[in-house]
Amino acid sequence: MVAISEQTYKNATAVTRRANPFRFDPLFAALSRAAAITVLVLLAGIMISMVYGGWDAFAKFGTGFFTGTQWDTMNDNYGGLPAIVGTLSTALIAMVIGVPLSMGTAIYLTQLAPGWFKGPVGTAVELLAAVPSIIYGMWGLFVFVPLFAAYFQVPVSQVVEGMPILGTILYARSPSGLGILSAGVILAFMIVPFIASLTRDMLDQIPTVLRESAYGIGCTTWEVVRHVLLPQAGVSIIGAIMLGLGRALGETMAVTFVIGNANRLSASIMDPGSTIASRIASEFNEALGMQMNALIALGCILFFVTFVVLVIARILVSRVKQY
Amino acid sequence: MTDASLTGSSPSAGPQPQIKWGRVRQSRRVQDKILRVTATAATALSVFVLFWILGMLLWKGGQGISLDLFTKITPGPGTAGGGLLNAIVGSIVLTFLGIAIATPIGVMAGTYLAEYGRGSKLAEVVRFINDILLSAPSILIGLFVYVILVMPFRGYSGWAGSVALAIIALPVIVRTTEDMLRLVPNGLREAAAALGAPASVVIRQVCWRAAKAGIVTGILLALARIAGETAPLLFTALNNSFWFNWNLTGGISNLPVTIYAFASAPYDNWQQLAWAGALLITGAILILSIAARALINRK
Repeated sequence: MVAISEQTYKNATAVTRRANPFRFDPLFAALSRAAAITVLVLLAGIMISMVYGGWDAFAKFGTGFFTGTQWDTMNDNYGGLPAIVGTLSTALIAMVIGVPLSMGTAIYLTQLAPGWFKGPVGTAVELLAAVPSIIYGMWGLFVFVPLFAAYFQVPVSQVVEGMPILGTILYARSPSGLGILSAGVILAFMIVPFIASLTRDMLDQIPTVLRESAYGIGCTTWEVVRHVLLPQAGVSIIGAIMLGLGRALGETMAVTFVIGNANRLSASIMDPGSTIASRIASEFNEALGMQMNALIALGCILFFVTFVVLVIARILVSRVKQY
Repeated sequence: MTDASLTGSSPSAGPQPQIKWGRVRQSRRVQDKILRVTATAATALSVFVLFWILGMLLWKGGQGISLDLFTKITPGPGTAGGGLLNAIVGSIVLTFLGIAIATPIGVMAGTYLAEYGRGSKLAEVVRFINDILLSAPSILIGLFVYVILVMPFRGYSGWAGSVALAIIALPVIVRTTEDMLRLVPNGLREAAAALGAPASVVIRQVCWRAAKAGIVTGILLALARIAGETAPLLFTALNNSFWFNWNLTGGISNLPVTIYAFASAPYDNWQQLAWAGALLITGAILILSIAARALINRK
């Protein structure tokens, strides 16, 4: 009887001694859960703060905020159309130039490069993606823009001057090199390494057997890419492209350096303009009252546009991974 | 085989009866050639741009590297000389503070996704939102921190700057931590649990240890990501041209914003400093990225 109760007592102390880590256990689980929820809270916080900060501007200008072309700090009258158009057109130019380049790079890295060459070139492309955007901005402003003005804007303007449509779109009134097109080109250089390395990873995931059997029946590299690789990875490549688009839409510093920060709407892509991000970066610190609300409202528009793009991108990218 | 027949005979008009097999139609040949040439050219262009940017930085920034750069503070308008000491120190403090905030939250959140929340609805949502946050424009994160930390306290502060950087670093750390923990074989967890270790001990003593190199890689990548961020610092930490002080409640000088302000300034010594700063920052980021890559490849 005594022996048994001693035994139980010993067991009991042993359990309580061991219980110490067990009491820490739920705390640790709760902490990690809370950390995970922080991620959700942050995104919700960004969304709420954008809507809250921009509310006054949306309330005052209504739909006119989306269609107005005036950005008048004197009379507190703000319309976001030039910045919205600038954002969309620079991103579009970046995609038109950047997507073929990044597809080419990804195809070269997965299909054409000799084995020993793949590693160094792949690393170079990835390092290009790590270069901060302000460096692209400086390179753009001091190196690219003067060359672009002298060897592209001036000759092209001379050629297209007076032409019906091209004369409007491509004519530079003041060929300084700054403008929507330069910003689009710099953005293209910025998103190429990003899309290319994502696409390369996706092409690498395709089983080698598929590729080799296509080569085995006598397909050319083009036919392998077109009929085997693209159908296999197509959806996720579109996802990768949309991730690049999300990046191009919200890119700030590089664009601010080269776009010229003009507040007016111009029909020519050679003229200076502004994007939502460049407008915020260049004006926010001096903004007061309604101007600040209007800038945050622009940020709100940018947030919802990139949010939709990124959501679609992630759905497309993740859908394919399940195979 | 295809390659040999493609490159072997030059395309010639008219039939060549002696080669009955392995003849590739000219249109296919041309199509293939175009792909090869354009793909190679695209890659060459990307690599060329990298070397162009690096060359320009070394050329223009290298001239500005001197002892003064690391021992003197940023000069005022029209003042000769000067260095970047305050900006360098400020940047290092902001970046490491950002990482110090983001690392515990990020590692814990990644742990939740890989360990506790496996297959749960919450983990799925967090993973998705984290991926969105990973690519969210950094200027919006700056605006967000402005609204929550600068506006209520009526002033730019080093704290606001590091919180903004932490928000940018967080999703990178969450993502890599989760990915690395998923690589830890289940057998290890089961073995530890069979010895009677509770979940938190299994995670800390077994999983984190096994995934250590990967988690450190994630933190290095996050460092590289935030070291050059400029946009979010514009309206949070702002800048100042005075000696760095530990009072983080005021504006803090930092490299990216200093570069931004000096690059387009009319003073030659400011521009020179901007290039030198750009070289420093890019060098640091590339070294961090290469270190992260070496760490993950060694495993």
